Amino acid sequence: MMNCKQATRLMSEEMDHDLAAGERLALRLHTLLCSGCARYREQMAFLRQASRQQVPDDDTPQSLR
Amino acid sequence: MRSSTEPAASPSSTAQHGLPPQAADIAAELSGFRREMLRFATLQLRDQASAEDAVQEAMLAALQGADRFGERARLKTWVFSILKNKIVDIIRRRVREPTYEDPLGEIDDADFDPLFQSNGHWQRDTRPSDWGDPERSFENRSFWAVFDACMNRLPPGTARVFMMREMLGLETDEICAELSMSSNNCWVVLHRARMGLRLCLDQRWFAGTGGLAA
Repeated sequence: MMNCKQATRLMSEEMDHDLAAGERLALRLHTLLCSGCARYREQMAFLRQASRQQVPDDDTPQSLR
Repeated sequence: MRSSTEPAASPSSTAQHGLPPQAADIAAELSGFRREMLRFATLQLRDQASAEDAVQEAMLAALQGADRFGERARLKTWVFSILKNKIVDIIRRRVREPTYEDPLGEIDDADFDPLFQSNGHWQRDTRPSDWGDPERSFENRSFWAVFDACMNRLPPGTARVFMMREMLGLETDEICAELSMSSNNCWVVLHRARMGLRLCLDQRWFAGTGGLAA
């Protein structure tokens, strides 16, 4: 059974490359059962979103102008 | 602010540089993006002088192609894409310098051990807590100050890999090639960067009232 430490590593890796089917399944199961890791995953997505805000596009928020 | 960094705006100077006639208008538009470009470049290069150079070069390149742009939003997107390439060029040069920081040795996985119990599960008080509606923070200037501070707290090589991936939008294969790292080492560094950045934002922004009051 995957632990949280291993899950955090995979939650990062899934943002950089496709995980193996077994890894995907184990991670999915883990995040269903572990609210901490489910939040971690959302927070990883937020980090990416925040980083992409650094490069202005047509939707740049006023606060960055 | 150095006067030499101001874009060419007078008709005589645009003629000198062989710039298109509408360059003066474009220069005025570009100077409005300068502060933002400088922040973006400084965050990634951690060096004011290199950042100034990259921004100036990007603005000049944008001016030289000014006749192709009639619309402010597209001009901004375009000048930032030029700036991204300038930043990658500078990083590429730095990798070959002896002072280059090897990202892999900067953070030890053991640094994050206190977050976990011996069985690898979160400690009771380090289990990620609810960040509420974090996107609301984007509208808050203070959030971006904390974000920059957290980015600057990451070791330089680690931050570089993270920013190449998430701000410059490069694929890990490209980053690995530029930095002569294996894919696996790239993923390891990115994982540590995300772990560190998340922890810093959690402690310095979301755990306080800042995030909720945004």
